[in-house]
Amino acid sequence: MPADRRPILLANARIVDPSRDLDFPGDLLIAEGVIREAKRGIGAAGVPQGTEVIDCRGKIVAPGLIDMRAFIGEPGAEHRETLATASQAAAAGGVTTIVCQPDTSPVIDDHAIVDFILRRARDTAIVNVAPMAALTKGLHGKEMTEIGLLKAAGAVAFTDGARSVTNAQVMRRTLTYARDFDVLVVHHTEDPDLIGEGVMNEGEFAARLGLIGIPSAAETIMLERDMRLVALTGSRYHAASVTCRETLDVLRRARDQNLPVTASASINHLTLNELDIGPYRTFFKVSPPLRANDDRAALAEALASGLIDVVMSDHNPQDVETKRLPFAEAAAGAIGLETMLAAGLRLVHDGSVPLLRLLHAMSTRPAELLTLPGGTLRAGAPADIIVIDQDAPWVLDPDSLKSKCKNTPFDEARLTGRVVRTIVAGRTAYEYA
Amino acid sequence: MNIATKSSFVLNRRHLLGIEGLSYDEITGLLDLSEEFVTLNRQVEKKRTSLRGRTQINLFFESSTRTQSSFELAGKRLGADVMNMAVGSSAMKKGETLIDTAMTLNAMHPDILVMRHHASGAVELLSQKVDGSVINAGDGAHEHPTQALLDALTIRRNKGRIEGLTVAICGDIMHSRVARSNIVLLNTLGARVRVVAPSTLLPAGIERMGVEIARDMREGLAGADIVMMLRLQRERMNGSFVPSVQEYFAYYGLDSRKLAFAKPDALVMHPGPMNRGVEIDSSVADGAQSLIREQVEMGVAVRMAVLEALSRNLPNA
Repeated sequence: MPADRRPILLANARIVDPSRDLDFPGDLLIAEGVIREAKRGIGAAGVPQGTEVIDCRGKIVAPGLIDMRAFIGEPGAEHRETLATASQAAAAGGVTTIVCQPDTSPVIDDHAIVDFILRRARDTAIVNVAPMAALTKGLHGKEMTEIGLLKAAGAVAFTDGARSVTNAQVMRRTLTYARDFDVLVVHHTEDPDLIGEGVMNEGEFAARLGLIGIPSAAETIMLERDMRLVALTGSRYHAASVTCRETLDVLRRARDQNLPVTASASINHLTLNELDIGPYRTFFKVSPPLRANDDRAALAEALASGLIDVVMSDHNPQDVETKRLPFAEAAAGAIGLETMLAAGLRLVHDGSVPLLRLLHAMSTRPAELLTLPGGTLRAGAPADIIVIDQDAPWVLDPDSLKSKCKNTPFDEARLTGRVVRTIVAGRTAYEYA
Repeated sequence: MNIATKSSFVLNRRHLLGIEGLSYDEITGLLDLSEEFVTLNRQVEKKRTSLRGRTQINLFFESSTRTQSSFELAGKRLGADVMNMAVGSSAMKKGETLIDTAMTLNAMHPDILVMRHHASGAVELLSQKVDGSVINAGDGAHEHPTQALLDALTIRRNKGRIEGLTVAICGDIMHSRVARSNIVLLNTLGARVRVVAPSTLLPAGIERMGVEIARDMREGLAGADIVMMLRLQRERMNGSFVPSVQEYFAYYGLDSRKLAFAKPDALVMHPGPMNRGVEIDSSVADGAQSLIREQVEMGVAVRMAVLEALSRNLPNA
């Protein structure tokens, strides 16, 4: 039996399973790519011969993360990121499933491209890759895509990536049609006209920097509209990246009306704010923009309460060509696959979000929304598992990042907690040396 | 002839990127030094040698007549070798990035780089990549520090002080680097600053920069010692920010009727270039209360002071 197909026993660990709200000391046995069992006292005696026993004393064993929003350059921008490099970054960050976005070149709006992504991922990636397909052809916001065929080919949800569908009629029809196929529509809620030439959060800091601001209303108005359309159509809807306090009010009202609405927040918006931009640091230019610290705190609270379902990395590799420019001219985006968990643990360490909640939002909930098999430690689930050293202090060295681009806002940041092992389908895909 | 200035003021920093961060003493130090250059510039013999051997490059990514010529003259009068880079027609048009241009110029060992760029923060970005001193000659809607200094010098010479004066800055505050630098400087020196503009031309959060806000000229100019007008760009007048030139001039253009709302001895300023009949009427621009031409004169002196004070802090000075 080859070494990487041996059963693995993760022994003496703190087992954290957000899918069942479990947090207990115990062992977890993996064999043939699936979880056999997770319980107290399996011990080295109770496992098949040849099992690799890994001592996880003092460490957490949890489901592998499912990153619901990552922009990968393949196909079309392989100089920025390929499925292979993204998957290595993901493994190092504890992400066992990347949900990639359709704004590639060509756009993922044809089932042949879904098929291409899945084959490339199978051949080159070391973690699972699940593509979202475009909601409208070419991401132009005018005509819906072949939702049925794309779903059949393996698209896990539908989105226009970082673009909003501004035409309400197109959005209504697409939502209506999508409902028949029971697919999740994921929408970036920012009114492009209200964004205008804006490049950062509107307010005092933008005024001081002489940069044009983007008001919270750009987000709130679009989400308000969508809530009315969801009420009209009854489709499953997911807000791709909420960033501000007012948006949370809209979301809360929709929940109170029992609309089938869920939401993500990016790790950037949960842990950083507009002041981090400082002297025009373009690595902090993201879309939607980083907001005020009040907004950030409100997001963390909403994550703790469950109003925000999912935390995603919003991984978006940009190179020197697109980032070493004056702020207004630089591209938006930050990489995040490798730092999402460590940054998220800041919220656990400062007491604003319980560990189970954070891991639920990074694994169980995305699995539920996208009907993926992971996100749990139940027996029989795929062995996509991470081992976390929750208290390990470290400083992020951008040169050590596996991503092709180094545009991380956590450059030189002090972080506490890291992934020490990532297991995908029963094989170790990453081990911290 | 090379007589040392009486002021031995040194700006203890490598770059002048903005007014933000300058202390009261640094600002008054620069203004005092400027006074000596005002005197010098009125003599026949205007030449000094304090920058002899130094190379100054003027790198203007946005066209400018008065600022660029003012910096050129200032450098030459202090004895520096001054080169003007007309960027609009050079490498940047061929796709070279700002950083590449900076690296290329840096390899020529300039001591001082004077830069203007249409993007806020571009000058700061350049300053991180070069070895010499960088002077911000205007970056986007962010800062234009030498303009604020020359405005302060003009005010101080005419009013004898800045502290306690009421200064009304009127017009397109949102897109104005002149307004931002002036707001910071005048606050540091203890003036009371008011901004007067239609709300579409006021950035959100401006009230937190230490200014009072007025939306009409009567209220805004009441009790003002200084009325500072800003240029309104043509592309903002077509309905995007204000409905038309006519309407803008009717409500915000400075004519003698509106100037009468200010103190009788109020003085009028404009950073230029003026749009006569848009933000200012000719009778006011050329009238007895106007300091607009004097501002240009002060510009050269202030830029000499900045060059001198920064160069005293350069290696081997």
